[in-house]
Amino acid sequence: MRTIFFILQKEFLQIFRNRGMMAIIFLIPIVQLLVLSNAANYEVRNLAIDVVDQDHSAWSQRLVNKLTASGYFKLHRQTFNEKAAFEDLQLDKADIVLMIPRHFERDLVREDKASLQLLVNAINGSKAGLANGYTNNIIRSFNQNIRTEWLALDGRNGPAVIEVTYSNWFNTRLDYKVFMVPGIIVVLVTMIGAFLSGMNIVKEKEIGTIEQLNVTPIRKHHFILGKLIPFWIVALFELALGLLVGKLVFHLPMAGSLWLVFLFAAVYLWVMLGMGLLISTFTETQQQAMFIAWFFVIIFILMSGLFTPVENMPHWAQVLTWFNPIAYFVKVIRMVLLKGSGWANIQIYLLIMLAYAVVMNGIAIWNYRKIT
Amino acid sequence: MQPIVTKELTKKFGTFIATNAITFEVKEGEIFGFLGANGAGKTTAMRMLCGLLRPSSGEAKVAGFDVYKQADRIKQNIGYMSQRFSLYEDLKVKENIRFYGGIYGLSNNTIKEKTKQLLQKLQMEAEADQLVSALPLGWKQKLAFSVAILHDPSIVFLDEPTGGVDPVTRRQFWDLIYEAAGRGVTVFVTTHYMDEAEYCDRISIMVDGRIQALDTPRQLKAQFQAESMDDVFLKLARGK
Repeated sequence: MRTIFFILQKEFLQIFRNRGMMAIIFLIPIVQLLVLSNAANYEVRNLAIDVVDQDHSAWSQRLVNKLTASGYFKLHRQTFNEKAAFEDLQLDKADIVLMIPRHFERDLVREDKASLQLLVNAINGSKAGLANGYTNNIIRSFNQNIRTEWLALDGRNGPAVIEVTYSNWFNTRLDYKVFMVPGIIVVLVTMIGAFLSGMNIVKEKEIGTIEQLNVTPIRKHHFILGKLIPFWIVALFELALGLLVGKLVFHLPMAGSLWLVFLFAAVYLWVMLGMGLLISTFTETQQQAMFIAWFFVIIFILMSGLFTPVENMPHWAQVLTWFNPIAYFVKVIRMVLLKGSGWANIQIYLLIMLAYAVVMNGIAIWNYRKIT
Repeated sequence: MQPIVTKELTKKFGTFIATNAITFEVKEGEIFGFLGANGAGKTTAMRMLCGLLRPSSGEAKVAGFDVYKQADRIKQNIGYMSQRFSLYEDLKVKENIRFYGGIYGLSNNTIKEKTKQLLQKLQMEAEADQLVSALPLGWKQKLAFSVAILHDPSIVFLDEPTGGVDPVTRRQFWDLIYEAAGRGVTVFVTTHYMDEAEYCDRISIMVDGRIQALDTPRQLKAQFQAESMDDVFLKLARGK
């Protein structure tokens, strides 16, 4: 025990003496949290729209006004000439082109039906989907407004309309930041766990001090615990810092117990520390360790459901997420913070993490040798 | 009991035999010089004796403990200083002393006392709170040696301890070695400096994984009819 204490003391001295490390621990996470949370936003605003209005009627103008008033669209060009609009689409100047054909108003009034055409620039699939959705919604509501007005005018029986009302639970205002911030916090904590621990051990190899430690009576588990515990503590501190910034800046709701979040993180971190340790056992330089850790962490993050829902992935990718520790933490932190899930709901995930941590560290320790 | 005894100690890396059935003994309190050209197998032999490398075959006992089964006991009883600098540059002088003292299980009081003695002996009291990175190389090496014998080991292994150090500091370094040997510490040292070889009680010279000569410097010079250790070494290393 005393040996571990001396190693811990040395590690903390080295961490706090390293300016770069201090920036990584205190400054970068806050900056990342502020920048990423604001940038990683699925809401699409200010879509550039071209309206080819060949009707030029009161009704067509009303439709255009309704679109631009919604806040989602910015009228880029209003024209007769469809060629100009197509060109905008080609040059990426317009995201969407709405074609209002001639006799739009006449058809609408006389025949009670009219058609519109919508061209969407679908290079960015999700943006296109959202643009399409917004436009359709607005046109539908425009349609309904007309019907209500005419109904009042001549008392004809309009078509029966089934209205669906929505209520968004757990994130009432569909605020993406509230959804993203917990995920970004997971990423920050993961970086500390997976990168710094492994790099720290490899650094001893690089500067040659590991040789000296290997001829001392330090036991394998003393060394490993002495190396991993500091980053375990730093990462948990990072979690607290992230939650604090989330609360103060983004008004992150904390519906569930923070203790559960910390408990889960405490176990989860051993998976990441174990991964860092494992990587350190078969790399010789910090660059190697960094690249390998980066490779895995990037895959884990992209497939974690942080940015894209796991349910959207093909089946094989969904199966892979069962082995993705980041996916579990992202899921659990959102469940607890946004939904207020309790012990009963996350128990199973905690057990999976525990098993994962044991296996990961087992392999790492088995692979770590003082004698070659 | 001899501090170091080996019998037919061999290490193979694939088909390459780095250390080929070496047999020798080192006496207590002796300064034993371990010489050889680069790649002759010195470092491999030393790593096996320190419990860092598992031998392929043969026997070896260090401080009375078997290198196969009791590597941990060996480590408690030896000091080691490698050619690669072994102190932490980003720790202060006294923090380094404290760390190494601590992992060898010295009590806090002993650490404090030893730190004081050590700094006094090296005349580095003023530098106690300096980062090791700020010290000149010679000082660092002297400090590293003192830290390596902080826990009073019975044997200390020195792997080219004076590489890159100026002659004056080298001389001071050897004073430290003599002083340790005078207290009964067995010193096992590799070097490329032949003047240093003259300081040793006995010398072994390795060529291609085998020990080709082992005696006192005086006897070796007589045996090879050489003026200096330099000549002995050149004759052996060339004369295949």
